[in-house]
Amino acid sequence: MMQTRTTGTTGRREVSEQSSTSAEARRRALRARRLRRGWVALGLVVPAAVAYAAFVLRPLVLTVQYSFYDWNGVTESTWVGAENYRRLVDNPEMLGSIGNALELIVYFSFVPVLLGLLTAATIRKFATSRLALVSRTVLFLPQVIPLVAAGIMWTWLLASDGLVNELLRGIGLDALTRAWLGDTSTALPAVGVIGAWVALGLCMLLLLAGMAKIDPSLYEAARIDGAGAVREFFAITLPSVRQEIGVCVTVTVISALAAFDIVYISTQGGPANSTLVPGLEIYYLGFFSREVGQASALAVVFMALVLAVVLPIQRLTRESDR
Amino acid sequence: MSRTTGRSRRAVATASVCLAGLITVTACSAPGASTTDDGTADAVATGDMTCGTEDVTLSAYVETGFPLAQELFDEFTVQHPNVTFDVREDQFAVITQNAPRVLADNPPDLMRLPQVSELAADGLLYDLDAAAEAFGWDEWPASQLEQMRVDEDGRRGSGPLYAMGLNFSMTGVFYNKELAAQIGMTGAPETLAELDDALAKAKAAGITPIAQFNGGATGGLAFPLQGLMASYGEPAEINSWTYQQPGATIDTPTTVEAAAHLQRWIEAGYFADDVNSLDYSMMMSRFIDGESLFIFNGDWESGNLDTQMPGNVGFFLVPPVEQGGEVGAMSAPLTYGISARAEHPECAAYFLDWVATDETARTISVEVGGSHPMGPADAFLPEVADDTVTAQTLAAGATIGEDDGAMEFIANATGAIYAKSWTPNLQKLVAGEIDAAGLLAAVQADYESEIGG
Repeated sequence: MMQTRTTGTTGRREVSEQSSTSAEARRRALRARRLRRGWVALGLVVPAAVAYAAFVLRPLVLTVQYSFYDWNGVTESTWVGAENYRRLVDNPEMLGSIGNALELIVYFSFVPVLLGLLTAATIRKFATSRLALVSRTVLFLPQVIPLVAAGIMWTWLLASDGLVNELLRGIGLDALTRAWLGDTSTALPAVGVIGAWVALGLCMLLLLAGMAKIDPSLYEAARIDGAGAVREFFAITLPSVRQEIGVCVTVTVISALAAFDIVYISTQGGPANSTLVPGLEIYYLGFFSREVGQASALAVVFMALVLAVVLPIQRLTRESDR
Repeated sequence: MSRTTGRSRRAVATASVCLAGLITVTACSAPGASTTDDGTADAVATGDMTCGTEDVTLSAYVETGFPLAQELFDEFTVQHPNVTFDVREDQFAVITQNAPRVLADNPPDLMRLPQVSELAADGLLYDLDAAAEAFGWDEWPASQLEQMRVDEDGRRGSGPLYAMGLNFSMTGVFYNKELAAQIGMTGAPETLAELDDALAKAKAAGITPIAQFNGGATGGLAFPLQGLMASYGEPAEINSWTYQQPGATIDTPTTVEAAAHLQRWIEAGYFADDVNSLDYSMMMSRFIDGESLFIFNGDWESGNLDTQMPGNVGFFLVPPVEQGGEVGAMSAPLTYGISARAEHPECAAYFLDWVATDETARTISVEVGGSHPMGPADAFLPEVADDTVTAQTLAAGATIGEDDGAMEFIANATGAIYAKSWTPNLQKLVAGEIDAAGLLAAVQADYESEIGG
């Protein structure tokens, strides 16, 4: 193919001017090189693309397809059009689960990002000491514990005779003790605490890495100008780690919206649906109610919701880079 | 640079569109159509309901944590050396959600089954009518097999037999004898008023009256509720609802009375304060540790409690409103079925008959399973020591038989009614967000929407 192209250009070169011919030849050579590079790149990308197509795109397309059928997962299905989507709007339980997921963003995202900023800014001050290493390790530890184990551990801690209530009793706050995960008013915040505990380590580490990149002379200059620790934080630290904050917020918001394991282990959506989240509702619909179509419709709506929440965050961070 | 990025973006976009198009084209046929064609029996029935003499490996999918099935398998292999078992174990919740796919794609010869009506209606289960006739199961008390019969509309209670019990279990109230003695309770309460009295005394003495699981997706308050329903009303009415008989309702004056009684227990603080986050294993460990007077549970724990708290556990059925009144209890076979596409359905059926008729098997059913074996009323039963709770649960089973008070668990009315309706609504009852009448109205509405659609 390359051969024919070269021959073709040679024929035209005879009738063109010397300078423009050499420029065109250079352009063509460049294009040929790009094309070659393109083939190599394609060869490298194909295996991953095939896996991605088989395990991500195909299920995605199938989910959209299933959402238009009434299907129990085994026997013949019936085309129902947009009926499954219409039923989502009518069902207060499913809307409630989306509301719960949005509320979880506060606990899974805002709390760990704020606490992460606070701890990272504190650790940064004594970054080279052994204490910093210990605190980093301790705070990051929840990140390496499997979510299921974290969930089980916290159900013990939050039980009515668990450590949290024992501590409250110990300091004379008996009136506050309760079955945190068994009370409809506290179950969702209690699940939120578990999520915040897990996410804190990652946020702290990311933000600490971001802070390490800040030029120390900036701080020196600020100090000469008479800035205190608070002023330093808002004038230098915070603006410098905006990009890292963006990453933290994106990751934790997705984990809040897609929460399944922590909720499944600690409350299974109960009591009285107070911690029901879309991930769990999709699972119940698909496997217990055996309404695969309805479950798929909720999954599609939910994916759209996640994109609607996450894309603006992405855009904000990208613009702040420029 | 920006030109290159723009072009590669275009390339990626084009590739994605092509790929998506390709996937869409390949995925356009309606889901599930292919499975139904061969949903019926693949195995060639020979009519010979035995395991033959050649080597046979039965594949079994059973519930983990309950040693009964494995003990029976081992004994069967001892008696029939040509038969071995290939056993896969999972938790009941996992089996429930996997059941249709496993029965269709990876058909086991024996499988612990959840609610059978939908599976039978979908043609996934082997019809055991021929086996019932061959083995004479038809001559057993009809109530034993009724729950596993499904008619062509997917209603239970009549029609072909689609599953069989390894034994049949029953629920009631276990009590800690030492704690009972502390509050002056010397024997089982004979009326609801006496039970109320014992609960009040326990509460006053600082003992948690009832540790009952009601957390997560498992509403354990359905146990006391159904017991109370049997005290106030007729088991037959409740069964017709569970079996999805036309026009049946769970929202009747007597069931509302029963739910109101449960609500009074909740309001009086008779359940542990964290009842809505308590799971089954936490309930058992609290009871075994002597932290509560009562639990509402089933005789499948009899053997376990005899081992863990020997001589210290009593059992009674939820008492009637008036002394000497009839009693009822949740009583259901430990259902096992055979996939419609199983490789050795006849050998599996033979095994199920052996479980009900062989003396050693019946002994294992009682001693390991803690429940009454299936079979004729006058069949062999092993000797059980009088001071054990197993002896009491077996005796209670006989009472239920006399009063014709066996009921299928209300949580098994439909596939999702337990996790999606009873559980959240019972948790709302505990939280004070709903009252007795509201609870039953809500469950009835969910039931109608589920079986209607």
